[in-house]
Amino acid sequence: MGLKILTEHINVPGINTLETYRKMGGYRSVEKAVKTMTSEEVVEEVKKSGLRGRGGAGFPTGLKWSFLAKPEGKPRYLVCNADESEPGTFKDRVLMEKIPHALIEGMITSSYALGARTSYIYIRGELMFVLRILEKAIAECYAAGLLGENILGSGYSLDLHVHPGGGAYICGEETALLESLEGKRGNPRNKPPFPAVWGLYGCPTVVNNVESIASVPWIINNTGDEYAKIGVGRSTGTKLISASGHINNPGVYEIELGLPVEEFLFSDEYCGGIWKGRKFKAIVAGGSSVPILPGELFLKTAEGTPRLMTYESLSEGGFVSGTMLGSGGFIVMDDTTCIVRNTWNFSRFYHHESCGQCSPCREGTGWMEKILHRLEHGHGNMHDIDLLVNVSKQIEGNTICPLGDAAAWPVASAVRHFRDEFEWHVKHPEKATAPGAVYSGAEDLAFA
Amino acid sequence: MAKITFDGIEVEVEDGTTILNAARKIGGKVVPPAMCYYTPLKGSGGKCRVCLVKVTQGSAKDPRPMPKLVASCVTPVQDGMVVENTLSPQVLEARKGVVEMLLINHPLDCPVCDQAGECDLQNLSYEHGTSGTRYEEERRTFDRQDIGPLIQLHMNRCILCYRCVYTADQITDKRVHGVLGRGDAAEIGTYIENVIDNDFSGNVIDVCPVGALTDKTFRFKNRVWFTKPVDAHRDCPKCSGKVVLWNRGSDVLRVTARKNEYGEVVEFICNECRFEKKEMSDWIIDGPRHIARASVISANHYELPVVNPQIIADLPESTTKELHLIPRPI
Repeated sequence: MGLKILTEHINVPGINTLETYRKMGGYRSVEKAVKTMTSEEVVEEVKKSGLRGRGGAGFPTGLKWSFLAKPEGKPRYLVCNADESEPGTFKDRVLMEKIPHALIEGMITSSYALGARTSYIYIRGELMFVLRILEKAIAECYAAGLLGENILGSGYSLDLHVHPGGGAYICGEETALLESLEGKRGNPRNKPPFPAVWGLYGCPTVVNNVESIASVPWIINNTGDEYAKIGVGRSTGTKLISASGHINNPGVYEIELGLPVEEFLFSDEYCGGIWKGRKFKAIVAGGSSVPILPGELFLKTAEGTPRLMTYESLSEGGFVSGTMLGSGGFIVMDDTTCIVRNTWNFSRFYHHESCGQCSPCREGTGWMEKILHRLEHGHGNMHDIDLLVNVSKQIEGNTICPLGDAAAWPVASAVRHFRDEFEWHVKHPEKATAPGAVYSGAEDLAFA
Repeated sequence: MAKITFDGIEVEVEDGTTILNAARKIGGKVVPPAMCYYTPLKGSGGKCRVCLVKVTQGSAKDPRPMPKLVASCVTPVQDGMVVENTLSPQVLEARKGVVEMLLINHPLDCPVCDQAGECDLQNLSYEHGTSGTRYEEERRTFDRQDIGPLIQLHMNRCILCYRCVYTADQITDKRVHGVLGRGDAAEIGTYIENVIDNDFSGNVIDVCPVGALTDKTFRFKNRVWFTKPVDAHRDCPKCSGKVVLWNRGSDVLRVTARKNEYGEVVEFICNECRFEKKEMSDWIIDGPRHIARASVISANHYELPVVNPQIIADLPESTTKELHLIPRPI
């Protein structure tokens, strides 16, 4: 069993109440921070911990905090991004639903570090029941003097609000989230200026993922150096992985970064291997936005070294033979999965969720979906496959926000690694469109 | 002040200027195209992505290149920045891609579109697009929406530049239209059919780079290249009254605001000037409108005697003054 930082007490009955949570050692970090530390010291600890943003990009949290501009006469804000909508990712929801106080404790400590007097949790609109859980927990904190004026007699005051989104994936992009929070249409902003300078209501703002914020209390309690000892290299600490798909034990797991992927996928403690004894075909390792990888390339890099669950190891080989840890949404596919259909499905999602602000993404996501729809339903041509790659290249990197990249990567990587399967769909449309038909190897591609 | 190198040309601009405006200071062929950015409208830009450029050196202090192509209309310059536009094959390739994206769902109904001849999208695709299309699917269409007796909305032609939204926000006192829906279903519309009706609403026609918003009083009246543009003004209590009249013979077919070389309105005009003053007697004529030689509108349009600029310079001042001769490269 690895070390558990976030989910240690997840199965304690009543952990969602303030009383039990405090009995388990909760809110010590708030006391320690507001009473004995300056805000700079808290930022310094987080910097030392090497904690990296858990939302997907993996940007060092402490560094992000230190970029926050501190102009005179302007408030600063901390916004927690709880708009977890990435297909395949469901870790934040579990954390907020089971231990709401872990997030709130993190919010108070982090807000103190950033000097924020008002903080927001922007939660996905579909998670209305989680919002109620959080609101109840926040009310408990106000009653106990952990929120509001003069927290624990330290002179520091903080107001915490939970705000539901309307259910748009794009509002998980930090600037779109801020626009939405301001009450506008959730369109991502042009950067620069970054939120650290021009964020919510034009004031300096830090936007962090739920898991990153919930990791802060442990860092304050146990010092950043201790946290940095967990993990491998620049990937420190523990990470929640949401595993789904064709595995024996789907669910949310907290792992120490640096765990071998083979152990994670096949040991009974975690995923427990591929279900029904089938073959491991492909995996999407970090939520639907990251490149898809064939099973063998995922377990071992192109050079043959076994991969570890770290940001660096998973991205080894770049986009040619690597992927990304992203938000830790593992979608495992067995050999009965049709990659073309899966890619079409992902593409449909991005088409539906594009905000429509900038042209490559607005038009390109729809185009890719239509081409994939044709290929999947047996109406494709050989040149459609190249066209698909070409369209994805035209979107990638040319958009305002990363949604364009997120839409392009899965398509480009699926064609890169599973081109023969796409060709099979073109060459044998009657076979490929038969119910339950799956490409089973090179012999399928030969002319019958 | 910041000194930047744009396409190998050095230019010095004020801090905070965008790359696009720095390039416009150089002028000529190096200026990136812009479909959504509009200098008079605050907050516009960054959406159409045709002005993408490559920053090969971020600044003198931090010489690293920027990882992605950036939208030149919203990226401020840094001292020592090196930018490539027409010199970079990557930029030209990306721009070609963006133009293709803008066109895949465009109806291409130029033969019946009132904007044809003065359409930014036509110019853009002529300069940067390809001759064929790779799009085999059905084009996206929208239901017709009536937004009043003065302005015609053709949503199918829209490229969602948001200019009309910013115009209504910043020029008029009440905005009733906006962007509804998202993704490729996003459309300009008034929520629950409404009429766009206020004194300055007609300006959305001028800012629209394509034929999505056109003048209903000019609808199907004439092709713009058959009309003769003349500068004119009148004493207007609401606006500057400086306009361009688009005439056929002695009929005023259309009135628009005056635009600069980048298609940007110099002074916004009111609806009275635009829609109601359609008699020559309403206006005082200032002279022929200068139309770029490359434009189709300049066909049969004579504004200056064709004189070698060198000869004008040699003429005595009294003559040039009398004949309104201005040396201008032809």
